[in-house]
Amino acid sequence: MFINPKISQKIMIGVLAVATGLTLIVLFYIIIFMLSRGIPVVDWKFLSTFPAKMGKSGGILPTIIGTFVLTLVAIIVATPLGVGAAIYLTEYTREGKITKIVRFGAECLAGIPSIIFGLFGFILFVVTLKMGWSILSGGLTLAFMILPTIIRTSEEAIKTVPNSYREVSLSVGATKWDTVRKVVLPNALPGIVTGIILGVGRSIGETAAVIFTAGSSLRLPTSLYDSVRTMSVHFYILSREGISMKNAYGTAAVLVILVLSINLIAYWLMNKLTKRNQ
Amino acid sequence: MKNIKEIVVEKSLFLIALSAIFMLFLIAVFIFKEGVPLITKIGLKDFIASAQWSPFEGKFGIFSMIMGSLWITLGALVIGVPLGLACAIFLSEFVHKNTRAILKPVVELLAGIPSVVYGFIGVIVLVPFIRQHFGGPGLSILAGAIILGIMILPTVISISIDALQAVPRSYREGSLALGATKWQTTRMVTLKAAQSGIVASIILGMGRAIGETMAVIMVAGNAVKIPHSILDPARTLTTNIALEMGFASGDHRAALFATGVVLFIIIMILNTLANYVLTQHKK
Repeated sequence: MFINPKISQKIMIGVLAVATGLTLIVLFYIIIFMLSRGIPVVDWKFLSTFPAKMGKSGGILPTIIGTFVLTLVAIIVATPLGVGAAIYLTEYTREGKITKIVRFGAECLAGIPSIIFGLFGFILFVVTLKMGWSILSGGLTLAFMILPTIIRTSEEAIKTVPNSYREVSLSVGATKWDTVRKVVLPNALPGIVTGIILGVGRSIGETAAVIFTAGSSLRLPTSLYDSVRTMSVHFYILSREGISMKNAYGTAAVLVILVLSINLIAYWLMNKLTKRNQ
Repeated sequence: MKNIKEIVVEKSLFLIALSAIFMLFLIAVFIFKEGVPLITKIGLKDFIASAQWSPFEGKFGIFSMIMGSLWITLGALVIGVPLGLACAIFLSEFVHKNTRAILKPVVELLAGIPSVVYGFIGVIVLVPFIRQHFGGPGLSILAGAIILGIMILPTVISISIDALQAVPRSYREGSLALGATKWQTTRMVTLKAAQSGIVASIILGMGRAIGETMAVIMVAGNAVKIPHSILDPARTLTTNIALEMGFASGDHRAALFATGVVLFIIIMILNTLANYVLTQHKK
């Protein structure tokens, strides 16, 4: 049977458009569903008070602090490693065996499921190194998880810096490291920050890796060896154990808004960098 | 003096660059060290081919979990891949550049939504819907597959768009000049040329589906038995670990790590495959 190519094209474009529309609708539905139910719950009191009765009522202050410190530890550990690796890959070596191995390593690390990170962090940090369920155990586990993101994004950022910048710096007698430090890195900074922000976004949304390494204490932490509960873990526990649907929606709204704005900022920064260096 | 500093910097950066591969190695060592002794103790065959999982009687067979992971992952691919590919083709070939510049980041943004949120939507909206309209408990393979199918969309769409965009314009122009329609060009030229990137996007999406934990725990029902229909509840490798890790000790804990070993090996095979497909193409 022969179908006129023009007609079959019309049909196919229709099908593709419907599929695209469907995908976008589903994805927007999820966001609107969560926000429309969650935002009415969120007010200043919700954000600034302690939960009462395991989260049945009250606010989510300790989980905000928990999320913040855990993410901070992860960023502090992963940033120097990720940026250093990216500098080496782009500035100090040519495409070859080493870059291939490192990239493969980073890609595999990026593909490891978070539950495996959870198991690993539990056995290494919590048990073997006796750090217990703590900010430190959770933060280090998250650092492992976000390292590939930071490497990849920093690499892309460094690559956008035009070669002529480096040549000028080297020609006036600067060493390679000086050139990297004073010319390449400042110019690549927005992109590097993008990588870090994406890492923050991933840390904030993570649950499986955190619940087995940082625990789920609702108390305010006083040291790096204290257990904390992040917002995503709190949301999981509230909804799974049916403690309070209202507070679950509220926590989810805060979580979703935070993650979306973080990713938006990251995207905006990277866009700005690419435009500037073009 | 300056030379020494340069050398020190270069060597330290080299060591830092190895950190990712070192971490991967460290993860493998610790997971295997905890899990492999149990597998050798009860035998590989009994571990992966037996469906008897009763930790308190010392029976550790993960066959039902392997089947659970398989069903749910395949289901997610059946839902996510056609939808994702259609979306990628449409956004890459049939819309204006500016529309793509807005919609691609929007789709990527959605990859950032925490998996617990997807799971929650599944429980609140999807599970009751399945229970009412298809029967069964609702918490099922079908629910897991639909949620995971949605979750892999950003991965499939984003990587496939990149692959399609990487196809040189001259290929398309050549085909259009010969009188082919835009769709014929897409089907016969562009998609062929972007094949490896698209395959890689599917493999990576599959990896994401197999590895997902929290969303599946919430919607798939978690029953330890070999599923017979898509409306049956199922437990996957990942959820098996997450559900019992909180109270496991001794051999039981080792068995959960052994489950992790199986998962780790599957993921590494998929990653290697994706990497191979992509590098083959570059040659």
